[in-house]
Amino acid sequence: MSIRERLSGNEAVAIAMKQINPDVVAAFPITPSTEIPQYFSTFVSNGTVDTEFVAVESEHSAMTACIGAEAAGGRAMTATSANGLSLMWEMIYIASSLRLPIVMSLVNRAVSGPLNIHNDHSDAMGVRDAGWIMLFSESNQEAYDNMLMAHKIAEHKDVLLPLMVCQDGFITSHSIENIELVEDDKVKAFVGEYKPEHYLLNKKEPIAVGPLDLQAYLFEHKFQQAEAMRKAKQVILDVAKEFEELTGRKYSFFEEYKLDDAEIAIVCMNSTAGTTKAVVDSLRAQGVKAGLLKVRVFRPFPTEEIANALAHLKAVAVLDKADSLNAAGGALFEDVTSAMYVSGKQVPMVNYVYGIGGRDTKTDDIEGVYKDLIEITKSGKIDNPYRYFGLREE
Amino acid sequence: MDNLIEIRWHGRGGQGAKTASLLLADAAFNTGKYIQGFPEYGPERMGAPITAYNRISNSPITIHSNIYEPDYVVVVDDSLLESVDVTAGLKSTGAIIINTTKDAEYLKSKLNSYSGSIYTVDARKISEEALGRYFPNTPMLAAIVKVSGIMTDEELLNDMKGSFKHKFAKKPEVIEGNMKALELALQQVKKI
Repeated sequence: MSIRERLSGNEAVAIAMKQINPDVVAAFPITPSTEIPQYFSTFVSNGTVDTEFVAVESEHSAMTACIGAEAAGGRAMTATSANGLSLMWEMIYIASSLRLPIVMSLVNRAVSGPLNIHNDHSDAMGVRDAGWIMLFSESNQEAYDNMLMAHKIAEHKDVLLPLMVCQDGFITSHSIENIELVEDDKVKAFVGEYKPEHYLLNKKEPIAVGPLDLQAYLFEHKFQQAEAMRKAKQVILDVAKEFEELTGRKYSFFEEYKLDDAEIAIVCMNSTAGTTKAVVDSLRAQGVKAGLLKVRVFRPFPTEEIANALAHLKAVAVLDKADSLNAAGGALFEDVTSAMYVSGKQVPMVNYVYGIGGRDTKTDDIEGVYKDLIEITKSGKIDNPYRYFGLREE
Repeated sequence: MDNLIEIRWHGRGGQGAKTASLLLADAAFNTGKYIQGFPEYGPERMGAPITAYNRISNSPITIHSNIYEPDYVVVVDDSLLESVDVTAGLKSTGAIIINTTKDAEYLKSKLNSYSGSIYTVDARKISEEALGRYFPNTPMLAAIVKVSGIMTDEELLNDMKGSFKHKFAKKPEVIEGNMKALELALQQVKKI
């Protein structure tokens, strides 16, 4: 029997980390993820975990300590947000290129400047090409579940890539909600022990980690990283299936909510998907065939699967909680439209940048997007595909 | 979502409005409900106006926005009536509960001719009598439970007794006072 609880998203992640009991956690506090290492450090001092907790002096050092620990053969975790991730940037790429399956909780927050502590996805979008697997979470439950699945994906021999689990800062990280927890012993059995094939502290096999890699082989090593990301897709599905057997909760690359018979749909990530579900329900009650595609796996990007899932629609809106400032459109929009084009699927699509710096996303805003989509299905015209909602007009 | 109840709390930093919203979420959770309890984070400092929210339902809650059309509003500090539009979006079928000693005429003049029910409770008097100090959040928690009927008085008292035992494990002397504050508020909250 699962355990019925009520926890904030940060508490849920800290509990998952407690149940995983990694060898090393290295972290530096930054709002809104501070509570994760804070709660976790109490588990360390109470002796509920036997993790080595490294209270570093910066996020750069947090990621460096995780890299050292993973390279040595341990399981390492961290948590951060926004500028903390920015400071890790150099080491983020090194972690993935050294093929170290570090797991990070990224509590999404606007990257400065100007200074803002609230939610958007500009931190995550800044590292989308860094070679990390990126999972997004609608709720505290999904942040917890993704965390439990993280190591089995990242540490799989076909993958060996670091993985980050994203959730919306404050919106889910600080909201107390119902959650179903898995028992400690079941989590332990599910996550399993980390047994790396090659590691620094193996005296029987001396290795070098991170040497100079010039014209002769860097290209091949990058190709191997890209291959690992492609292979991660099957592993993600396999782990989701095992997780469903354990908990009954079903996960895939994305969730299709009333999408099968929908004529118009929204594509989005994290907590906005929950608000959109409520709007879909109310529109359905009025006879509007609205649907939702909630992206869970953003890296690797499930190109063909998303194109197939959206192919039957009359109009689609992709919501980006970060502006790419490129005069072209948001990152999710570009990935989705590219997926459609390459797969030969032609569906009218628009992009909305929204929720920047914690601007609240209301049900009215989402309803407005569906109304725009209905207009597009009627007129067949899209004047400007790169739009905003929730932006002050004066 | 059947039976969804949405509540907005207005208080000042340091008065415990956020804590009260979390305690209400806890108590409702313990009676088997689906809950959300979350503050609106801003520049937090003692005395600054703060807002906190609750959603309580018999079925899972997926909405993750602030609350714009609440069923109930709780005002923990009546000086906010001068500066904050506390009845904004408040449903006329709902109610507002104010910690105040001010008269009905004054309150009505500050509530934009709100047509729903107005309740008052003197949380200062109750808190000072029961606890010897001013902690308005405990009486206001009892008042919203009484007015909204989210749970029975007994369910609230039984649940809070357990919570206080846990919360005040290191200072058990304040448990009795907090329980008394809840009981007094349940009795004294009144409609004007």
